[in-house]
Amino acid sequence: MELFGGINPAVLIASLMVAAVPILLAAIGELVVEKAGVLNLGVEGMMIMGAICGFVAAVESGSPLVGFIGGALGAAALSLIFAFLTQVLLANQVATGLALTLFGLGLSSLIGQGYVGIKPPLTGEVPFGPLADIPVIGTILFQHDWMVYASIAVIAAVWAVLRYTRTGLIIRAVGESHDAAHALGYKVIRIRVLAIMFGGAMAGLGGAYISLVRVPQWTDGITAGAGWIALAIVVFASWKPWRVLVGAYLFGGITVLQLNLQAAGARIPVEYLSMSPYLITILVLVIMSADKSRAALNAPAALGRNFHASR
Amino acid sequence: MLILEKRPSPSRFWQGATPVLAVALTMIAGGVMFAILGKNPFEAIRTIFWDPVFGEFAWYFRGQLLVKAGPLILIAVGLSLGFRAGIWNIGAEGQYIMGAIFGAAVGLAFYPASGWFIFPLMVLAGGFGGWLWAMIPAILRTKFRTNEILVSLLLVYVAQSILSSMALGALRNPEGGGFPGSRNLSQYPAAANPEIIAGSGMHWGVVAAFIAVIAAYVLLQRHILGFHIRLAGQAPRAARFAGVSPDRLVVLCMGISGALAGLAGLFEVSGPAGQISIDFASGYGFTAIIVAFLGRLNPLGILLAGLLMALTYVGGDNASTNLGLPSASIQAFQGMLLFFLLAVDLLSNYRIKFLLKERA
Amino acid sequence: MKTGTDLLRVEGLTKAYPGVVANSDVSFTIKPGEVHALLGENGAGKSTLVKMIYGLVKPDKGRMTLRGADYAPSEPRAARASGVAMVFQHFSLFEALNVAENVALGMENPPKMRELAGRIRQVSQAYGLPLDPDRMVGDLSAGERQRVEIIRCLLQDPKLLIMDEPTSVLTPQEVDILFRTLRQLSAEGTAILYISHKLEEIRALCDEATILRRGKVVATCTPRERSAREMAELMVGAVLTPPAKNAKPKGAVALEVTGLSVNSPIPFGTSLKNISFAVRKGEVLGIAGVAGNGQDELLLALSGELKSARDAVKISGAAVGEQGPNERRVLGLVSAPEERLGHAAAPDMSLVENALLSGSVRKGLTTRGFIDWGATRTFAEEIVKEFDVRTPGTWVAARALSGGNLQKFVVGRELSQAPSVIVINQPTWGVDAAAAASIRQAIIDRAADGAAVVVISQDLDELLEIADNFAALNGGAMTVPRPTQGLTIDEIGLMMGGAHGMEVAHVA
Repeated sequence: MELFGGINPAVLIASLMVAAVPILLAAIGELVVEKAGVLNLGVEGMMIMGAICGFVAAVESGSPLVGFIGGALGAAALSLIFAFLTQVLLANQVATGLALTLFGLGLSSLIGQGYVGIKPPLTGEVPFGPLADIPVIGTILFQHDWMVYASIAVIAAVWAVLRYTRTGLIIRAVGESHDAAHALGYKVIRIRVLAIMFGGAMAGLGGAYISLVRVPQWTDGITAGAGWIALAIVVFASWKPWRVLVGAYLFGGITVLQLNLQAAGARIPVEYLSMSPYLITILVLVIMSADKSRAALNAPAALGRNFHASR
Repeated sequence: MLILEKRPSPSRFWQGATPVLAVALTMIAGGVMFAILGKNPFEAIRTIFWDPVFGEFAWYFRGQLLVKAGPLILIAVGLSLGFRAGIWNIGAEGQYIMGAIFGAAVGLAFYPASGWFIFPLMVLAGGFGGWLWAMIPAILRTKFRTNEILVSLLLVYVAQSILSSMALGALRNPEGGGFPGSRNLSQYPAAANPEIIAGSGMHWGVVAAFIAVIAAYVLLQRHILGFHIRLAGQAPRAARFAGVSPDRLVVLCMGISGALAGLAGLFEVSGPAGQISIDFASGYGFTAIIVAFLGRLNPLGILLAGLLMALTYVGGDNASTNLGLPSASIQAFQGMLLFFLLAVDLLSNYRIKFLLKERA
Repeated sequence: MKTGTDLLRVEGLTKAYPGVVANSDVSFTIKPGEVHALLGENGAGKSTLVKMIYGLVKPDKGRMTLRGADYAPSEPRAARASGVAMVFQHFSLFEALNVAENVALGMENPPKMRELAGRIRQVSQAYGLPLDPDRMVGDLSAGERQRVEIIRCLLQDPKLLIMDEPTSVLTPQEVDILFRTLRQLSAEGTAILYISHKLEEIRALCDEATILRRGKVVATCTPRERSAREMAELMVGAVLTPPAKNAKPKGAVALEVTGLSVNSPIPFGTSLKNISFAVRKGEVLGIAGVAGNGQDELLLALSGELKSARDAVKISGAAVGEQGPNERRVLGLVSAPEERLGHAAAPDMSLVENALLSGSVRKGLTTRGFIDWGATRTFAEEIVKEFDVRTPGTWVAARALSGGNLQKFVVGRELSQAPSVIVINQPTWGVDAAAAASIRQAIIDRAADGAAVVVISQDLDELLEIADNFAALNGGAMTVPRPTQGLTIDEIGLMMGGAHGMEVAHVA
């Protein structure tokens, strides 16, 4: 382990679980949105709105919980703009998603003006008592804040809902063929708007986690492309919830590893280390999309297409 | 009740009128935003939109207008071709950076020699750098069906890392006393891109932007290739029926938009910016997306939209020095403009009807 | 008449859309157990009428009563709750979901998936419609997909079952089986509202018929007591003359297909398997088949949108398998795909631009890539004039034209290019009878001028009318072409694959 010189694998795993939380949450939200047939490219904008709204709410109230709720609400409100434009006014989803990102970046730095350099209230670890002291396993599993566990629970919940419930079946049906769903009497637009808001709330939670736990402070452009990586992870996961977990942890691992290598003074220049997560994401995207049959079968058929009940 | 009804043919009136309506709505919403920030909305709007063109210091601002509009228009014209064909290159910012790096590297390699050929060579290298960076998502899309939106965007972050590595390493000014950043190209005559008419803001990049507008207009209106680009975006299956190869179109559109973004980067680094530095990337590549849509993906529209967007930059600077308006509010303002544009766009394809609630 | 004995009464239903009155003062009644036909041409207003009964569309005027009570469903859910079920022609199945999930989506309170699967098996046995609940719908044939819809309806015990053009996706043998099922349902007391424009079917199956023309009821009759010809004239409102066939001797081979095998580019599509045939100058080859058996793929492979082995396709002896559409156009091959909007024509582009779309090569509309818009406009105007396309001008968007007029434009565009080989998929789909007759005549005329023609169609009557030779696609493979003259409906049915996997269920 010459390369990892001085890096403890258990600590590495524990910290990758933390590093993965923001993209994990954003990606699982986007997965539901895409399952309903909507392509929202504004994840980055929603995340950064969640980051600042969460930060402001936490600082003003002194409670991290209020912060997370504020982050989710702020981003969900932003996603509502997207929902209104694409579902009611039938605007192009790609363009609207981009607008959402550009607007979110601007608005967040506007809101964040007075909050630079402040420390948010601390989000504490869940007290597992003696469990946390078990060597290796304790470090990996029982020394995290509650959002780490909540994010895994969200994955499990989304998986179960999509697979076993009528709600999940309806979401999948709407994403598969909005015309057929409409013919059977389902409210396509209402279902999609709700999915978009869920996606927004999850992206907001992810963003809030960055500004409240990961960094933890506020700077402009704090999400640094995490939203785009979340979008890539949905493709990587071929729209399957548990694979989102795998993808996010993989990405978290790369991020943590490159940070550790930087800290350990590795020979590779810092700039090349910091671009590595993006390059590896591209590589993974290529590998996933090269396998045509799998990608085609799992992608929701109506993805990105707007619905208008003409007659 | 509100009912949307699809028009049989798109309305020509609304196609022209929607950008104007969107600008008007943005001014109203922006005014509300400024009021919330505690500024006088009328004064803010005047400071941003009126003073730079007609105010006391207009002689300075008017030049700045072309300096900002040049790269925006150049990049947006390239992007609009792809957007029309349904090819989403949103990584122009990265191609802009790579064009600047390639072009500057060629110029710096000749330092301190002089020769007429150096600047043209830099222009070629700049275009090539942007083209090369855009070819990565293009080839991945055609060979592996990889989503070009994500790849081109992720490459922006990679380009930014390369930029800082260049500013700190390979291209750093050896006589700069250890400060990051390259030699100043604008002070190296053979490699400089100076104002052609002093005080006008007109440099070679602005000239290139005008040429690009005209060329794109001719391409889209009169040439079969432009027809195929429009066709592929509107009806991809019909395009295949017409014999258009989707892969060829991806390579072509990505290549053109990448090369134009690269050129914009080269003209910027050898002119207004002057050097490769860590903060060289100023977001033109992203703002150009708004410009392309605001101009309705039409070259002449983009020309006007580029000037308008340049105005918000220049006016925004003006407002931040004179009124203390946060510079981020301009970014939010630009985002809003795009929202309103997308919202009112509906009017060109749908009629809105108000129905009285039906009696039971 | 006493209202008490009627299941559904429809009185004075009216529905107008901008520019068209889809239904005007429509009234009729259905009794329990009755098989009632709703007869009319494309665009006569049948679909709008049943959508109102099923709660998808709200009527502007008029009322309905179901079993004596007021009936005004606000959504399909309400219609289903009242015992009205509908089998759609298109658009109501989800390809990437399995049969049981599709059925569950059409039910109000579906049982647990495992229990539902059991009930699907049970009902499919009882009505002779074999179906595996675990299969993905995208992998099913058109006939099997229809069974999914029918079973979805039957599980809800409907009092009224609406069927929209159910036989357009079936082979003659499958039609027989469907009719048996419908008669069984009718005997059990379920009323059936049967929508069609096929007269012989209606005579064979239905007790009563309501005939619609341009949104109005023009007649009600008992189909068994009328001849098909009488009903046709009521439906169309004019006397039609069948096209005159050409009996000239055929020339040299113009299109030759040998061992053509390609994978389908369409998700859940059908790959072509070793197809071989030849068409001579002046010959019309008709290719039949139930939807989804490789028709779209065959058109793509012939037009050049889908490439194959070099020697698999030859135009007048030149091997073009690896060449694209424009190279084939140079050699004289023109084609018209089934889907008018989005494939054969760009919806938002003007007719002039759409004329350029496939006409630029053979009509010489560009020089060094620069478009001659004047010549293109002239070409578009010629098509409009010669093929009687009803449009305010050539500047209107393609989507503004009615289906029939756009079809005339698209077919006209291809036939006006002096082609030597013509490939057309579904030339008259969704077109009214008069327009259909003129399109068929134009095709026959081009053959008489010496073009080799391939017509792919799901309308058997059409193929029998215009084709010299006849073949059928079944699961991506094609039968050997046989002379049309002397073929029986039974033989044709067997060529199309008989009753896909149904023989076992109907041994008795």
